[in-house]
Amino acid sequence: MSTELDAIPSIIPTRRDDAIGALEKMVSQGLGWARKYSLFQYPFVTACCGMEYMTLASARYDLDRFGAALPRFSPRQADLLMVVGTVNCKQAPILRRVWESISEPKWVMAFGVCASSGGFYDNYATVQGIDRIIPVDVYVPGCPPRPEQVLDGIMMLQAKIQGQHHQLTEGKPLPVLGQAPRQR
Amino acid sequence: MATIVIDALVARFRDPVKGDGVTGASVGAGGDDTAFVTRERLLEVCQFLRDDPGMQFNMAPYITAVDYLGQEPRFEVVYNLLSTTRNWRVRLRVKVSEQDAVLPSVCGLWRGANWFERYCFDMYGISFTGHPDLRRLYMYDEFVGHPLRKDYPLRGRQPLVTELEVPEEQFRGPGPARRSE
Ligand code: SF4
Repeated sequence: MSTELDAIPSIIPTRRDDAIGALEKMVSQGLGWARKYSLFQYPFVTACCGMEYMTLASARYDLDRFGAALPRFSPRQADLLMVVGTVNCKQAPILRRVWESISEPKWVMAFGVCASSGGFYDNYATVQGIDRIIPVDVYVPGCPPRPEQVLDGIMMLQAKIQGQHHQLTEGKPLPVLGQAPRQR
Repeated sequence: MATIVIDALVARFRDPVKGDGVTGASVGAGGDDTAFVTRERLLEVCQFLRDDPGMQFNMAPYITAVDYLGQEPRFEVVYNLLSTTRNWRVRLRVKVSEQDAVLPSVCGLWRGANWFERYCFDMYGISFTGHPDLRRLYMYDEFVGHPLRKDYPLRGRQPLVTELEVPEEQFRGPGPARRSE
C-alpha cells in the first residue's frame, strides 16, 4: 500500500542525518574536551632530557595544571607517549612496540631535538627523529627544551585533540573474552 | 713515585737481547706513566703488577683501544691500572695488527675487565682469547662491522625496524638545505 508520503524525496532523512551529525559533533566535542584534559602520559625517558622532564612534572612547573599529571608506567594505561631523549637504532624496536601497545586514542610528543630530529647525533647509532619509526603529533625543540616550551607543546596538543573527531565507539565489534566477536 | 713501577717493569721484563717485553716506557705526571708491552708478555706483566706485594694493582679502571689507521700495527689496546693501596696509576699500551687482532684476556686477573674487553671487541673488532663471554656490548647482534674503526662510515646506520617515509628535503636549521650545496 503506497501513500503520497512515499513520493516525497529524501528531505526527512537529510534532516535526520543533520540531527545525528549535530549530535555526533556534540559528542565529539565533549569527548575531545574530556580527553584533552586527562592525558595520561607514558614517559619514554632515555637521556638527559629526562632531567627537564622531572622539572616539568614536579611542583614548580606542574604539568598537573594541564591534566597531564599522572605518568603511567604501563603503555596500556597511557594515551600520550612522550619520547624524552635520544633514541638509537637498538632502542627503535622497543619504542615501536611501546607505541603499538598503547590503546587508541593515542598521541605522541617528541620532547627535545634528539627525539625530533636526532639532534647533533648525526652518527652511526642514532635514529634521525622518531618520526621515522612512529607518527608524531607535537615536536618540542630545544636541547633540552625549557619547561615552558613543553607546556606550550602540551597546550598545542590539547588544541589539536579538541579539533579531532572523537567517537564513543569505533563502530567495530567489541571483542568478548572467550567468544567470537559479535557482528553488528 | 710511580717511577718505581716503570723502573721495575723495565728491569724485570725488558729482554736485553731481543729488546722486547717492555719495549719502551715513559714517566709523566698524574697517571701518565706508560709502558709499551708486547702481546706475548702482557699476561705476565699484568700478573706481576697485580700480585707483587710492592705493586698491588688491584683494579683495572679503564681498558680501551685506539685505531691508528694507516700505521702498522694498526690498533693499540690501552690498559689503565690502579693500585688502590698505593694510589698509583700506570698505563700499559699493547700494539696489535689488523690481520691478527687477538690479545689474551685479562678477565682472569680483574673481573671488571670483562665489559671493557667486550667493548673493544664491539667497537674495534679486537678479540680476546680466554674471555668468558665475548659478545657485543653496545651494538646489537645484527650490526655488521665495528663502528669506532676509522674506516667505518660516520653515518653508517643499520636500522632494525623499517623506517617510515620521511620527506627528502628536511629542514636542518640555517644554511643550505642539502649538505652538498
Ligand atoms: S635534546 Fe639535548 S638534552 Fe635532550 S636528550 Fe638530546 S642531547 Fe639530551
